[in-house]
Amino acid sequence: MQTHVRDIMDAIYKKYGYDFRQYSEAHITRRIMNRVRLSGLEDISYVRSEVMNNETFASQLLQDLSITVTEMFRDPGFYKSLRENVIPLLKTYPFIKIWHAGCSTGEEVYSVAILMQEEGLYGRTTIYATDFNQQALNKAKGGIFSNGLMKEYTTNYQLSGGKESFLNYYTSDYDHVIMNQSLKRNIVWANHNLVTDSVFAEAHLILCRNVLIYFETELQNKVQKIFFDSLINGGILCLGAKEGLRFSDLRDEYTELDKQHRIFKKKY
Amino acid sequence: MRYEAIVIGVSSGGLNAMKVMFTLLPKDFSIPIVIVQHIGPRSDNQWIKLVNDKNKFDIKEADEKEKIENGRIYVAPPNYHLLIERSKTFSLTIDERVNFARPSIDVLFESAAEVYRDKLIGVVLTGSNADGTNGMKRIKKYGGLTIVQDPATAESSYMPASVMATMPVDHISPLDGIVNLLIGVTGPKR
Ligand SMILES: C[S@@+](CC[C@H](N)C(=O)[O-])C[C@H]1O[C@@H](n2cnc3c(N)ncnc32)[C@H](O)[C@@H]1O
Repeated sequence: MQTHVRDIMDAIYKKYGYDFRQYSEAHITRRIMNRVRLSGLEDISYVRSEVMNNETFASQLLQDLSITVTEMFRDPGFYKSLRENVIPLLKTYPFIKIWHAGCSTGEEVYSVAILMQEEGLYGRTTIYATDFNQQALNKAKGGIFSNGLMKEYTTNYQLSGGKESFLNYYTSDYDHVIMNQSLKRNIVWANHNLVTDSVFAEAHLILCRNVLIYFETELQNKVQKIFFDSLINGGILCLGAKEGLRFSDLRDEYTELDKQHRIFKKKY
Repeated sequence: MRYEAIVIGVSSGGLNAMKVMFTLLPKDFSIPIVIVQHIGPRSDNQWIKLVNDKNKFDIKEADEKEKIENGRIYVAPPNYHLLIERSKTFSLTIDERVNFARPSIDVLFESAAEVYRDKLIGVVLTGSNADGTNGMKRIKKYGGLTIVQDPATAESSYMPASVMATMPVDHISPLDGIVNLLIGVTGPKR
């Protein structure tokens, strides 16, 4: 990393314990420059002392660095493949543990809960949904989303092979929708940092989509090891549409269940 | 050779424009070209096949961490921003849309300018949106070469005109002129 950026990341780590030192530099730099512009700072050289002395600024910057953009049924083809290729495997277990890492504001988690419900598996499923952004987790827990987005999500849901009317899963007023309580009942929300925290659970299925793209290769490898150690033999790993195991030391430990949709199965 | 990379931003009307450019561009073009075409989030980038006549070029969707190589053409994947790292590899992000777009031209151009500095060529073609203007400013600031399609010849004039309205552009030219310019300043593959 370039010196200014490096110094800022060191300061954040020392003072707040969040470790962004192995995140992609172009991404980090862009977010910092955005914050420089929004806060009316003259240039990046002032950011370090703001981080050290101004907690409001620091917490804004932390939010900037955690990108929480997400959607329900993002990449409908992925969910379709989950139904077709993964559900039959999950059906063979008496109980199912899912770890959803980097779950952001929860849209993906509710999508998976809906899918499990439609496949008759939700009763014996626990979803551990984690993120290191507490603000995002709080929103996820609330399950309240903007009504304006529902049209797009409904399209995604239908394209993903949804079996019901999407309206069945939430109640809406003019601006907002709230997800049904029955979807929330088996979700455990928890704060977990993939960089600094350790193995999570004996999971049958791990989803971590569009989080690793923000990491440098070495950190990707470290996190891949955590996923590997958290999965049971025969467990399933789902990555984002543009993520893979190509650069991972562990690529030979998995078979590809669906190459296009980045679904992998840990070998026995 | 002075320039090391070309970034191209294109929006509505882009299909025809890219087709014309790829038909005129010689096969052994020497430096990498990176393209942001505004596309819907669920698009599958099939337009690449449509404009790549007889598979003349090696065009692919950029992958994260992929090394940028000479003579190749890369396209931003749908629903991701495309950025360039100092190691001359790609990064993808799903940050908010910029100028209503993801991928956004500005995001690519600004990160490319930081890396290639005065060795970058920025090209803005047809489009009905102001995306690309900030990116071109950044390229100019670092001494790179800026080229826009002559708005009078563009299917949608707004995007190139927006660049021209905010800064002095080095070249304003129809598509065939742009291709000649690119050949002229980069030279054939050695
Ligand atoms: C772009 S979102 C992806 C959300 C969702 N998985 C999707 O694909 O739509 C990235 C998420 O990763 C989280 N994240 C980034 N670094 C993390 C880390 N070190 N530990 C845990 N979560 C992290 C961010 O807070 C953010 O919510």
